[in-house]
Amino acid sequence: MESVKPILEFKKTCVSYTKQTMAVKYVSAVIEPNTITAIMGPSGCGKSTLLRAVNLMHNLYPNIRVDGEILLNGENILSMEPIDVRRKVGMVFQRPAPFPTMSIYNNVLSGYSLNGIRLSKTEKDATVERCLKSVALWDEVKDVLNKKGTFLSGGQQQRLCIARALAMKPDVLLMDEPTSALDPIATAHIEELMQELQKEVTILIVTHNMGQAMRISSKSMFMYLGELVEYGDTETMFTNPIDERTKVYLTGKMG
Amino acid sequence: MNDKIYKVILFATALIIPTVCGGVIYALVTDAYQAFEHFGFFKFLTSSEWSYTEGAEQYGALPFITGTLMTTLLALIFCIPFSLPVALFVGEYFKGTRIAAILSTVTDLLAGIPSIIYGLWGFYTLRPIIMALNISPQGSGILTASLVLAIMIVPYAASLSAEFIKMVPNDLKEGAYSLGATRAEVIRKVVFPVAGSRIFSSYILAIGRALGETMTVTMLIGNTNSIPESITSTGNSMASIIANQFGEADDLKLSSLIAIGLILFLITAFINLIGKIMIKRARIA
Amino acid sequence: MDKLKIQNRLAKDKAMKLVVCLLAALTAVPLFAILGEVFLRGYDQLSWTFFTEPTPTAYRVMKAIENGEPIPGGIVNGIVGTMIMLAMAVVAVPLGILCGAFLAENSKSRFAKFVSYLTDLLQGTPSVIIGIVVYIWVVVPMKGYSAIAGSVALIIMMLPLIIRSTEETLKILPASLKEAGLALGGNRARVMLKVQLPAAFGGIFTGVLLAISRVIGETAPLMFTALGCSFVRYAIDKPISAVPLLIWEFFNDPNLQELIWGASLFLLLFVLTLNLTAKYFAKKWNQ
Repeated sequence: MESVKPILEFKKTCVSYTKQTMAVKYVSAVIEPNTITAIMGPSGCGKSTLLRAVNLMHNLYPNIRVDGEILLNGENILSMEPIDVRRKVGMVFQRPAPFPTMSIYNNVLSGYSLNGIRLSKTEKDATVERCLKSVALWDEVKDVLNKKGTFLSGGQQQRLCIARALAMKPDVLLMDEPTSALDPIATAHIEELMQELQKEVTILIVTHNMGQAMRISSKSMFMYLGELVEYGDTETMFTNPIDERTKVYLTGKMG
Repeated sequence: MNDKIYKVILFATALIIPTVCGGVIYALVTDAYQAFEHFGFFKFLTSSEWSYTEGAEQYGALPFITGTLMTTLLALIFCIPFSLPVALFVGEYFKGTRIAAILSTVTDLLAGIPSIIYGLWGFYTLRPIIMALNISPQGSGILTASLVLAIMIVPYAASLSAEFIKMVPNDLKEGAYSLGATRAEVIRKVVFPVAGSRIFSSYILAIGRALGETMTVTMLIGNTNSIPESITSTGNSMASIIANQFGEADDLKLSSLIAIGLILFLITAFINLIGKIMIKRARIA
Repeated sequence: MDKLKIQNRLAKDKAMKLVVCLLAALTAVPLFAILGEVFLRGYDQLSWTFFTEPTPTAYRVMKAIENGEPIPGGIVNGIVGTMIMLAMAVVAVPLGILCGAFLAENSKSRFAKFVSYLTDLLQGTPSVIIGIVVYIWVVVPMKGYSAIAGSVALIIMMLPLIIRSTEETLKILPASLKEAGLALGGNRARVMLKVQLPAAFGGIFTGVLLAISRVIGETAPLMFTALGCSFVRYAIDKPISAVPLLIWEFFNDPNLQELIWGASLFLLLFVLTLNLTAKYFAKKWNQ
């Protein structure tokens, strides 16, 4: 074990939708900064549910309970204000959904306008340029910044959504199957991008696609029926899984 | 029965609607013609004289057009602060919950109450309150009528806008929450901008409702045939002057009342058309 | 970001929710105020004779006032009139269903779109105007007010509502239903009659109930068509009464004010029961 201070730590994290059933059961794991961690598992295994717990998305729905602890830089987010947590933990969803009533420019800055933070014109311009550049969208849209984001292609829209999340300078970026609605070329773009982003932000990505997990992540989690079955270096897990269930999943899907 | 006969029967019944609409317009236009011919179309619209002295009859629609516009506009202003919260309550804050269903039922029932009963309630309950508050000495008038009118259109505007608020994609709302917005901020900066033009159109359709509302207004507006000087004065709307005077009218007066009916019909049709077009145009992405 | 600002935003968020809930709750007040008033004031007026006797004559009223007795009489003439006109207006049901079926079957044709637009136009037309038009169409040629004229007005107001509910219900039925029927060799009429319409029954029935509850309380169009009548009458070519017309009469006659609330309570109960039944059916059918 390296002695790097963890950025994120799950401690016996549980999520339940109803009193009887738990969607995520006692997950404990330590995430190091500037890594990409892939969360894999069959549908319904709780991987998205776990991811959404990290930015307190579950607080939006009154019946969902989250127990245990999730530490962000050592502080338990479950006892923090959701709006504060969500600023520090960005999220990208399955389907790209830029705000249809805002221009590309304003979409990038939407985090600020939603939070009621005023920026000067130069700050705004700089933020937009920085974020669009870091998602490799700047060259494509720099002349149409005032157009609506919905005119872009699916892949471009998703990159815009990543830029929107990055604009808030989050510590952690959550990605919930960000490429599942995209074509292979757009997917490749985003995967490439993630390698770059790793330098500024810690990424947790839920993916169905094992090839993707292998290509981009340094660490992998395998979840099954709400449990974290195996967590470790991606390479080790793919070549030499310890748990039988991981093996079955990996071979069954890969073979 | 073979397919051909079936199609002919369906087509024949479908013809009823164009026939009825054509008949409505034809009847109104032919019977309003006398008034327009006698006074001149433009003069009829802009004259504020309404006197039936034999031999010197003067009929003009302006007091009633003004009365209708004033009551409708005021009703709209009074309606928004209640219908919008109801729409947010049902379509956003408590979407899909039991308490939202209860509030929907309440507003549905409000919409079901016959207008004559609204009129009675306005007359026997609200009017004395208006008098007690010294707002107007006689209690009835534009203000009283529009207050009750507002209650009548709240359910209509609220249920339509609630539908449109519900339609705002969850993706967008979650996207905004994930950037750290509070619910109030999500509503102001995502829900309203996205559903805005449709919500607006639901108010246009509510106006369409209020324009032609008859019995309530007739019972509360005070029935005077001159242009109301303020919102507390009495007046008459297009619908209420018809309800009040149609029964005993004949000849030129009857034609004038029908002419007012035609104008009301055209205004209502126009407003409803605009509302419908706006709803169709404003697709939610 | 500083704590103060977050607290501020959270406070605003809470305040907005509070205001929304408060104003939404206030909207329920008129319903209960109206129901309460009509119930409290109307309950005392209800009696057996209220439903068996017609509107009192001026003579009986004067007599009662002289002797300090309560105003006699009831609203049976109105109830009979409303029922007779409704019974005749039932014509609107098959017509509306057929027209709705036409719109659902030909949703892409230009003519159907035109008819659909006109249906909206008719639905949005103020009822007082329907009254004027039926007066011109029926009352003038027949040289008199009549139950027929009244029911024509009701038909015109019910048609768009029934057409819309039929069309919308048929449109949301799965296409496979119709295709399965046709595949079994049924012709289109039979498939519509035996498969589609039965499947759509709940929605159409709800629409019909709502249409009836909508027109049953209409006053303005009946004033120029049915006019009113102070005794029970079964003739359809003569002026006839209706419950809302009676309320209007009572409202305008200082001697009869005592009868207003009983008649209103009857009408309100009738309309709201129909409404709730329709809503119950819609919910049951949706499941």
